[in-house]
Amino acid sequence: MGRLTLGYFLRRFSIFLVTIWLAATLIWIIPRLAPGDPITAMVGRMIRQAGYVENSDIIIEGWRERFGLNDSLPVQYVRYLGNLVRMDFGYSLAYFPTTVGEIVGRALPWTVGLLLVAVTITFFLGNFLGALLAWRGTPKLVKYLIPVGMIFTSIPSILAAIFLLYIFAFFLDWFPLTGAYKAGMTPSLSIEFITSVIHHGTLPALSVVLVSFGYWALGMRGMMITVEGEDYMHLARAKGLNPLYVLYRYMIRNAILPQVTAFAITLGTLVSGQVLVEYIFAYQGMGNVIFSALRNQDFPVIQGTSFILILMTALAVLIIDLIYPLIDPRISYERS
Amino acid sequence: MTTSWNQPPVLKVRGLKVYYETPKGDVLAVDGVNFDLFKGETLGLVGESGCGKSTAAMGILQLVTPPGRVVDGEVLLEGHNLLGMSEQALRAVRWIKLALIPQGAMNSLNPTMKVSAQIKDAIIAHEGKQANKGIKPRILELLTMVGLPGRVYDLYPHELSGGMKQRVCIAMAIALNPTVIIADESTSALDVVVQRVVAQTMLKVKDALGVSMIMIGHDMGLMAQMVDRIAVMYAGKIVEIAPVKEMFAEPKHPYSQLLIESVPSLKERKPLKITEGITHDPRNPPPGCIFQLRCPFVMDICRVQPPVMRETNEGQLVACHLYPESVDGSLINVADVARNP
Ligand SMILES: Nc1ncnc2c1ncn2[C@@H]1O[C@H](COP(=O)(O)OP(=O)(O)O)[C@@H](O)[C@H]1O
Ligand SMILES: [Mg+2]
Repeated sequence: MGRLTLGYFLRRFSIFLVTIWLAATLIWIIPRLAPGDPITAMVGRMIRQAGYVENSDIIIEGWRERFGLNDSLPVQYVRYLGNLVRMDFGYSLAYFPTTVGEIVGRALPWTVGLLLVAVTITFFLGNFLGALLAWRGTPKLVKYLIPVGMIFTSIPSILAAIFLLYIFAFFLDWFPLTGAYKAGMTPSLSIEFITSVIHHGTLPALSVVLVSFGYWALGMRGMMITVEGEDYMHLARAKGLNPLYVLYRYMIRNAILPQVTAFAITLGTLVSGQVLVEYIFAYQGMGNVIFSALRNQDFPVIQGTSFILILMTALAVLIIDLIYPLIDPRISYERS
Repeated sequence: MTTSWNQPPVLKVRGLKVYYETPKGDVLAVDGVNFDLFKGETLGLVGESGCGKSTAAMGILQLVTPPGRVVDGEVLLEGHNLLGMSEQALRAVRWIKLALIPQGAMNSLNPTMKVSAQIKDAIIAHEGKQANKGIKPRILELLTMVGLPGRVYDLYPHELSGGMKQRVCIAMAIALNPTVIIADESTSALDVVVQRVVAQTMLKVKDALGVSMIMIGHDMGLMAQMVDRIAVMYAGKIVEIAPVKEMFAEPKHPYSQLLIESVPSLKERKPLKITEGITHDPRNPPPGCIFQLRCPFVMDICRVQPPVMRETNEGQLVACHLYPESVDGSLINVADVARNP
């Protein structure tokens, strides 16, 4: 095990803070660059639905005041940052008295749960199979079978989702079509509820795993082959060590390092892939919240969910960065 | 410990052939190598880069990996042939009897393991978990033997200099007191001063333990000071073996002569004798002698008949048509004839 130095920690943590700040600023700027005004748009929608809304001008003005859209931009920006620090994203426009925090709070656990399961399986399965592909001790049959399992690799996860949905939910009816648990159930820690969650989560998780584990397998295979050529591998074999010990302590242990880095880099893509999958499966996670917010031009919700997803990803990257020097002893000596 | 010439050799290599498969045919990297290694002896294996020294070492260690393969031969370690032994049986021999000090490049050690852990795993693999008791003082003693401070115990390879890493490799090689150590260009990657100190450490340790050693290198000058006998290798074959004194006093093979004449000295500037580039394709050696294309004394017979290894005088063996056996069994030196016709 390497060690984590204070300097390294501070460096990584400031990168994390800067990432978050930049993301928050972008999220704040982009909607303001778009033509139109969310409140006018919303009242317009109400007018279309109801036919006529009395005093629409006054309503618009009142809401603009209420959401602080009449203040100068710097004032709005500073207030926005202040609210972010308190995790206060304001009210949803579409479901007015509900706060963005409540909406996100309801959806986030599902997304995080599904993501953790899917991504963990993807990473470990992919790297494990990749290691087997390259290892000399692997039976021939296994080496032929693994690539067959990788046919889904690099098709978009939504396509895999639609395919799985059609075959296993619609056609075979083995899995439910939508939702994160059986409609009407109240979330609890009962066996029934947990079974239902697993039943509903299988296909969404599978769509993420199927399209991405092959990527990790191929990467790992390449790294294993590189490690295989290193001088220390000759020495390990000359020492007469147990082949399984050599496999994990000399080969996998070194081959996995670049994979961990790649993992941190691709985490954002994984999150966005999953958001799409959640939408296809009408899974009550962030994906659905984002899509309905987009449809309703519900800016506070869009801002809140985007910010939370970015925060989550950046946090995960930070954690990986902090773990990294523990698994690669050379890193804590790196100077920025 | 002195070399025991009159006892049977600890290591006998006979007809060792290791080829590399390439799309254009096999590279005959090691093509019929024979030699003996006696107890306590240091044998130098020299030859220019690419002549097959490392491949021969891997062949002896049974570490040839694809595209390479051992085609033929015998590697008799204390009478047991390592070729054709099961991997399991080999593992029991490895490191206990046959250790390696690798090429002194930067990455001979696992970058994610502490120095101590890399010495420890070899000991545990052969002596079992119970060796764990008292292993730390044992490893510290090994480090002391090779002149490393105790703090190296807890360091990672990247925290060591090249010379220190090489010492760690030496400490590792002697951990189980092996019968034979093969050192493949173990000092070549180091700068000259460190090279000398590390080489001396290697010899000191070797003498203290009485192991036999094959020291591979391309520097004839450095070899001369380190080894008991020298084997000169050219294009996959050993062309001459002789004790250091005989080799330098009277090198028999034209290639050995060229190598020795090229050793730089302070007293005189010597022109570089060896020309590069006129070697043959290692996939398709010419019939006859492998050195014919570069040999200054090449004769007709060299182009048709490969020379066999002959003992020209006590302990000096050479494979060259310049030294044929005459009818009465004595040797005629054709080189003399060639020089003074
Ligand atoms: N993996 C390989 N594939 C093909 N040819 C190889 C391979 N490794 C080594 N060789 C060839 O084998 C010959 C001997 O190489 P090597 O044993 O490394 O020489 P040395 O250690 O004396 O420098 C060289 O001609 C080299 O090109
Ligand atoms: Mg070599």
